[in-house]
Amino acid sequence: MAKYNLKINGKSHQVDVDDDTPLLWVLRDHLGLVGTKYSCGIAQCGTCMVHVNDEAVKSCVFPVSAIGEDKITTIEGLSADGDHPVQKAWEEIDVAQCGYCQAGQIMTAAALLKKSPNPSEEDVVEAMNGNICRCGTYHRIKEAVMLASKTK
Amino acid sequence: MTTQLKTNRRDFLKIAATASGGLLLGFHFTGCESSQMKVITDEELLSQAIPYNNFLSIAPDGHVVIFSPNPELGQNIKTSFPMIVAEELDADWSKVRVMQAFLDGEKYDRQVTGGSGAMPHSWERLRKAGATARRMLMEAAAKRLDVGINSLSTSNGEVIHKESGKKLAYGELANEAASIPVPEDVALKNTKDFKIIGTPVKNVDNKAMFTGKPLFGLDIYREGMRHAMVQRPPFGMKLKSVDDQEAKAVAGITDVVTFNDNVAVVGNSTWQVMKAKRKLKIEYEPINGELESTEFHNKKFDELLNGSDAKVMREDGNVQTAFRNAAKVIKSEYQCPFLSHSPMEPMNFFAHVRADGVELVGPTQTPDRAKAAAAEIAGVAPELVTVEMTRLGGGFGRRLRADFVEEAVHVSKLVNAPVKLIWSREDDNTGGAYRPAVKYRFEAALDANNTLIGYKLKGVGMNAGNTTRENNFPSGSVENLLIESIDYKSDITTNAWRAPITNFLAFAEQSFIDEVAEAAGKDPVQFRLELLDRAKSNPVGSIHYDVDRMRIVVEMAAEKSGWGKKDGVAQGFSVYFSHRSYVAQVAQVRMHQGNPVLEKIYAVTDCGIVVNPTGADQQVRGGMVDGMGHAMFTNMTFKQGMAEQKNFDSYRLIRMREVPEIETHFVDNGIDPTGLGEPALPPTGGAISNAIYWATGKRLRNQPFIEQEELKEFKLGQRA
Repeated sequence: MAKYNLKINGKSHQVDVDDDTPLLWVLRDHLGLVGTKYSCGIAQCGTCMVHVNDEAVKSCVFPVSAIGEDKITTIEGLSADGDHPVQKAWEEIDVAQCGYCQAGQIMTAAALLKKSPNPSEEDVVEAMNGNICRCGTYHRIKEAVMLASKTK
Repeated sequence: MTTQLKTNRRDFLKIAATASGGLLLGFHFTGCESSQMKVITDEELLSQAIPYNNFLSIAPDGHVVIFSPNPELGQNIKTSFPMIVAEELDADWSKVRVMQAFLDGEKYDRQVTGGSGAMPHSWERLRKAGATARRMLMEAAAKRLDVGINSLSTSNGEVIHKESGKKLAYGELANEAASIPVPEDVALKNTKDFKIIGTPVKNVDNKAMFTGKPLFGLDIYREGMRHAMVQRPPFGMKLKSVDDQEAKAVAGITDVVTFNDNVAVVGNSTWQVMKAKRKLKIEYEPINGELESTEFHNKKFDELLNGSDAKVMREDGNVQTAFRNAAKVIKSEYQCPFLSHSPMEPMNFFAHVRADGVELVGPTQTPDRAKAAAAEIAGVAPELVTVEMTRLGGGFGRRLRADFVEEAVHVSKLVNAPVKLIWSREDDNTGGAYRPAVKYRFEAALDANNTLIGYKLKGVGMNAGNTTRENNFPSGSVENLLIESIDYKSDITTNAWRAPITNFLAFAEQSFIDEVAEAAGKDPVQFRLELLDRAKSNPVGSIHYDVDRMRIVVEMAAEKSGWGKKDGVAQGFSVYFSHRSYVAQVAQVRMHQGNPVLEKIYAVTDCGIVVNPTGADQQVRGGMVDGMGHAMFTNMTFKQGMAEQKNFDSYRLIRMREVPEIETHFVDNGIDPTGLGEPALPPTGGAISNAIYWATGKRLRNQPFIEQEELKEFKLGQRA
């Protein structure tokens, strides 16, 4: 166990956890930020996606000891009131079925648009292909990312 | 009673009591309110709202609370059920607040998500719930305005007296209308007058889902709660010994307990429990005999298909004579593997066994089953068990079982603490309750005129129950027909998996029908229509599907897809009736640089009245993506009683790049709505395999396609 000072969603948090604890479980079990979801635990599905210094990172394999000074953003901190262009596009296109993977999908999409504000359809497929949606909402995810890229 | 339970240091779950004492997970922004309205929490709203019946309450401020009784797992019932109530109430949808009801056997029946059955079961009762309250509001308005009830109408949350131009909002009438005797018989709307039903209404949980609010079972955290995970034995084995010394030494671990043949690790955080579980040293021993493997299953399939122990499910005419007199006989075998359901949210449940009862919270498709199991294990009366349903992060049939609830109850009882039990992805893939592996043998007899005179189907399943749907198409259209089924009692546990049996049977049957059509020298669509003609004009035996409805989707799919009219692409046809709905699909495959590329699939669905077009489109697309992904890519093999594909690195689920364009159409026939969570899945595999056949000459009879010898020379699944 060791103490870590983490910068998450613009605030400073102190946690006392095992060095190898993945960021995912620090968020969920220790900080009550449950919007970041667990699904595979081996960085295969993207359900646990967060931003580390604006880059999309799978938090299920990212140990707390590797965070250092990095700035973490989770779905809860993506916008003040759910009004990030990607979140708005998700609502507009009515993307979700079960909804469990969608926070991870939104985080991946938001990181893509930060880096590449006007992506081609192929860029979107390339970026989103790491996120599994078992309900099969892929058409709407793609449509929503394209919409978000046009409406921000 | 209002309680606020601490979930942890930073986050709170608001828990509010309903009139019946049931609990609700509350979020102040759930529902569909306009931004002008004052935001009010669920618990505040419930303290003001006046119950009209089990489905709806109205608050003096104009809010209408609609309870959705069935578990929501992505089928969108939490939006579409309230739409039906709101429609007959003539509510203002922007003032509707939807809340998930608890399990309550006195208020609701069939609080189950399965079999695509909720909509047909509830259609009328939901309409009546809305219509009854509307009538009461009108009667109250008539009294207050001192006018005849026939001079009143309703619209958008108001009772209107046209003559005087007076309008009374439902909120203003909420108190007095509630004391009016509940009318027995109320007229329902003419479907032509629907204003909410048939319009696209967005998912009521969108905002909560897209901002990361706690909604799902895994998001439940309670004061003093422990985390638990279970190591289960391989199939066909039992526990011999446990060395838990190293596991117990992991920081944060409070208990290691065993029950049945399971070993549970309990501790203060999920990660510590995950680590400790890996340090368990467990010995298992076979219960009896050989441990099952894929080779073992394959051997059993052939042994049983060639044996004579099948159960006759349906027999028309005399197949022996028909096959003896046949000019041509076509015979094929089709096989599929076991599959995990793999919802994105792994199995989990919260249980707190106390002296005075059991509290259960979590994702389940069958809360009543959870309740019964908990009562038995905890040794308390069922009425002392409460079940709160969270949103489900997918189900696909897996959460029809209560095994994970039982485990949570066992562990809570053993460690005497509230427990959230979770399965890792590996637990989920190896823990069983799979779609059963099945093998079919089809035989068809054609006479000299290429008429189908004989049809045989024999299915063998691994714990599959009846592997056939003996009264489904083409039964009724063939003079001589024999449908047989064999169930092998495998060690591998199985369970309903979205569109049980038909998720593979439809693929096999619709592929085989194409084989027969080709042998008869007939166009696949024409051949199916001829069979339907026969079923209509001169049916053989009993017919359990609506021939006209099936014909319409076949014809409409041919028309929408430009069947037979497109150059440069191969088209594959498939049609299937399941869960009371009819779906025809046409897959379009183009050869690109020598490889078959799945470009597009057209789907025509007859599910009766489409309640919510945006949700319906989702269900059809989702079912199709599910059907194509598992047909093309997903395999599960066994060795020594264990699944070999333990996580998404080897258990391949379909991804965005592999999904073709999909075009959905619905038949507009005004018939009462039928199921939609499942029916679009069964036809998809067959449409794709038929299109691949016409594109490449390779007939795919086994799933997943990508691992078949026939496709070895091709690359499948990448878009051009």
